[in-house]
Order: sequence, then C-alpha cells, then structure tokens
Amino acid sequence: MGVLRGGLRPFSSALASNTVRYALLILGGVICFIPLGWMLSTSLKMPGTEFIFPPNLIPRPVVWSNYIDAVTRPGHPFFLYTRNSVVITLTATLGTVLTSSFVAFGFARIRFRGRDFWFIVLLSTLMLPDVVRLIPSFILFRILGWIDTLLPLIVPFWFGVNAFYVFLIRQYFRTIPLELDEAALMDGATYVRIYWQVVLPISGPVLGAVTIFSVLSHWNDFLGSLIYTNSVDLRTLALGLRFFMSRTGTDWNQLMAASILMLAPILALFFSMQRYFIRGIHMTGFGGR
Amino acid sequence: MLGTRTQLRRDVLGYMFIAPWLVGFIVFTAGPMVGLVYLAFTRYPVLSPPTFNGLDNLDRMLGDRFFTISLWNTAYFTFLGVPAQVVWALMLALLLNMRVYGVNIFRTLYYLPTIIPGVASVFLWMYIFNPDYGLANYILSFFGIPGQAWLWDPELSKPSLIIMELWRVGTMMVVFLAGLQGVPQSLYDAAAIDGAGRIAQFRHVTVPMITPLIFFNLVVGIISSFQIFTAAYIATQGGPVHTTLFYVLFVYRHAFENLRMGYASLLAWVLFFIILVFTLVQFRMARIWVFYEVD
Repeated sequence: MGVLRGGLRPFSSALASNTVRYALLILGGVICFIPLGWMLSTSLKMPGTEFIFPPNLIPRPVVWSNYIDAVTRPGHPFFLYTRNSVVITLTATLGTVLTSSFVAFGFARIRFRGRDFWFIVLLSTLMLPDVVRLIPSFILFRILGWIDTLLPLIVPFWFGVNAFYVFLIRQYFRTIPLELDEAALMDGATYVRIYWQVVLPISGPVLGAVTIFSVLSHWNDFLGSLIYTNSVDLRTLALGLRFFMSRTGTDWNQLMAASILMLAPILALFFSMQRYFIRGIHMTGFGGR
Repeated sequence: MLGTRTQLRRDVLGYMFIAPWLVGFIVFTAGPMVGLVYLAFTRYPVLSPPTFNGLDNLDRMLGDRFFTISLWNTAYFTFLGVPAQVVWALMLALLLNMRVYGVNIFRTLYYLPTIIPGVASVFLWMYIFNPDYGLANYILSFFGIPGQAWLWDPELSKPSLIIMELWRVGTMMVVFLAGLQGVPQSLYDAAAIDGAGRIAQFRHVTVPMITPLIFFNLVVGIISSFQIFTAAYIATQGGPVHTTLFYVLFVYRHAFENLRMGYASLLAWVLFFIILVFTLVQFRMARIWVFYEVD
C-alpha cells in the first residue's frame, strides 16, 4: 500500500505489519470469493439440500448430476445455446479486431484531410448510451429483415461500432515509429501491406487486450440477444440461463451448474491471457498517472 | 510542401482505411440517431408505420407517474451506488498495491467477480438474497440480526442491488491500481522527510495524485449506472411496488413490450440528455478538484 511504504522499520514491526497486510488481503479475498464459492457449492449439492437453512457451505454429498441435468433439460438445448454464443463471440470478435485495427491504422498513420474532425466524431460516440442506439437499431434491423437472426449481434461489429477499441488500438499504433512505414514505402510496399505485415505483427499486446474485452462483452451480452432474437434455436447462453427460472420455482442447483459451465471458458481465457488484460487497462492511457 | 497529388493520394488512402467505421457510423449510429429524433414526435406501434403526433409524447411523459418514479429510482441507485463503488474499489486497490509476496494471486482473485456474466451474477445474488434459505440472512444471523427480504422488500430492493454491483468493481479497481503504481516513490519520501505520517501521506500525496482516476471512474461509473437493466429485468422485474423500475427498464417496456416506439424514442433522448448534462457538469467541476500534472 502506498501509505505503508517508506522509512525503515525494525524487523519485528515489519513482521507484524506483514501479518496485518496478509490478514487484510485475505479478508478482502474472502469477501470477493464467497459468492463465487457459493455458486460452485450449490452446483454440487444434492437436489433438495439447497433449501436447507442454515445452509451448508460444503456440499454433502457432492453430486455431479446437476451438470448433466442442466445440459439435458428437455426443451432447452444447452449445446445449441453454447454453439450460438460461440458463433457470435468468435465472428463478432474477429470483425472487431480486424476492422478496429484497420480503421485505427488510418487514424494513426496516414495524414489525410479531415482526419482530426472524424477522430473527434469517433470519440464523441463513446459517450453515447447504448439505449439511445437500441430503438432505432431495432427498427433498422426490422426493415432489413434481420430480426430473429444472429446478424444484428455480429454484422455491426464488422463496422467498428465500438469506437473504444479503435481508440485503444490507435493509441498503440501511434507509439510505433513512422520510419517503419517510410522504409517499407521505399521498398515499394503499399499501405495495406504495411498494415498487415509491418504494424499488425508487432501489435500483439493491444490486439490481445481488445480480443479479451470483446470476447467477454459478447459472451456475456444479454440485452442484445433478448431484443433481437425470439426463437429457442437462436438463444445464447446468457439468454438461455433465464429459463432455468420459472413461476413454479427455480432449480438453483441446475442454474448454478449452468452458470459455472458458462463461466468456465472465459475463466480459462482470463487466466491464459491475464497479462494482456492488465496491460490493456494500462493502455487506456490512465496507467502512468 | 507536399504536392497536391501526393496529398490527394493520402486522402483517398486515409478514407479507404477509415471507410468501415465511417459506413458503420452512418448506418448504425448517425442515421438511427436522426431517425430517433423523428420518432420521438410520432406514434409508432411497430406493426403499423409511424404517424406524426407532434408533442403528444412529451405531454404524456410529463404526466407519466412512472417516468418520475423511474428517474428517482435510477438517481438513487446511481448517486448512492457509484460513490460506494469508487470508495470500495479504491480500498481494494490500496490492499493490492501492498508490496507483499504473492500479491498477484490476490489481484486475480479480486478481479474474478468482474468477469462473471451479468446474468449469472444476478441469479447468484437472487439465491444469496433469498429470504428463506439465502446466504445473506445466514450471515446476518451471526450478528443476531433477523432475516430480511432483500430484493423483495421495497425498502431494501435498491440497496440490495447496490451491494450486488459492489461485488463487481474490478475494472475501477484495476484503474486505481495502475494509478497507485504510477505515484512516484520520491513524493512519499519527500512527504516522509517533512514528517508526514501514513495517513497524511495518503491524504496529501496519494489522493491528489489519483484524482484524475477518481474522476474517470466517477464519470464512467455514472454513465453505466444510469443504464442498469439486466438485474432489474431478471431479478425484480421492476418490483416490489416499482422500487426497481429503473429508467432503461421503463424504456424497454414501452418499446418492446407495449410497442410504443414513439414514446420510447422520446424517453431514450431524455436519458441521453440527462447523461450528457451530468457528464458536462462533472467536467466543469473537475477543474476545481482534479489535479493534473503539468508536463
């Protein structure tokens, strides 16, 4: 902790203060982890035992059947939901990364007339609340005949609608020396080739960060699929989860098991790409302050 | 000076690169926004085309009890919730900024709740807040406090949602952590030489140095808090007695359940202006309290 730094202290006091530090860290960790542990514990409880009060924190006995029941519920094709979520997340993210970086390249590395104006326009769209876009977009997609398809959840992301990513990548591209472009131009390369073969290959960190942000937002998106899809066959996991709840009662064990299953892939992604993630947040320009 | 032809080539190239965004901006943002202005003055039941009805929607809005209720609920949730989030996130960031062995493990742990899908998190908290067998009442029982109805109690429904959101302050926390790590040690050393204790160092060094981040988190937090939807839609459906009828839920119901797109368009515009005004006011106020380093 910043305020705990500074000054040399005797060893015993340092030991004592380290104990306090760990105690505080663990306390915070427990607060953060309890709800999550509760989710896991409930998913492993024998159906019926989730209603016991006071609750058992550790499931006795541990059963896995909730997971099987959650994915084989009649009328609720869990694997189809998963497939929809995967398709949307992958194609929308691919579009986001390709388009945002392409556009960012133009803003960062080509000095064309009107550039600053359009960049300010782009930045101002960052402040636009989603709800303002929601109604007119719905009407637009209705005119296009895209309602009850997955297109509204994918296509806009091939057109850089999330200006934040363009901004983030543009900031990164600007740190790459322009001499690289000039040298490549001398060698007869086109700008498209410079984008693809010079700039992109050395932009791993920012592309990694954008990939993670994008995957998380599409995988977790609820409102979009709620509004644009109706058919059971087109439901995403986020939307499908809602149907574990009904007026007659909620099957908490299955719901928690399904939640864990939905959480697992993004947890894996988070752990494997953690360093991009933290760096991505630093890259927003607030890191060095 | 560049030749005109070189500049022209650059212009063409530049617009070629930004074309995907430019097309998207016109089709998916600017066009719809213009459409939304028009729709705000129409009656549009979706299944038949919009018909102009002048200021009827505005008239309706000003007399709509639920408009006022949803604004109040949203304001309550935002102005109590966001400051709480900022304070809690800063506390967690201060903990994570301590130089102890293994602190990275805690950084991951503290961030975990934030990547949980919103829907899953809402369900989890519905279960935790369950009045009959929930964890929250179990924890209260340790302190001898009787069980509460939480989300189902009109007095507690909004505070319960605020608690729920507090659990997911990871993004704010990481922003603060990055800022804390950027405060130069030399400032602390200088303050220590001047006889400043830990608390004085925190007040006079740490806080001023991270005011830009407090500001950033407040602005972003308020914008997103104004738009709370999923939790209220799933967990409370606006209840009990409309205490969690938040603004976006109110707009959603008119647009997609009652099929009053015209009225909903006006409501969407109003939210946009409210957010805009609040953001501008904050930028104004920032001049007084936010400290920027002079480069």
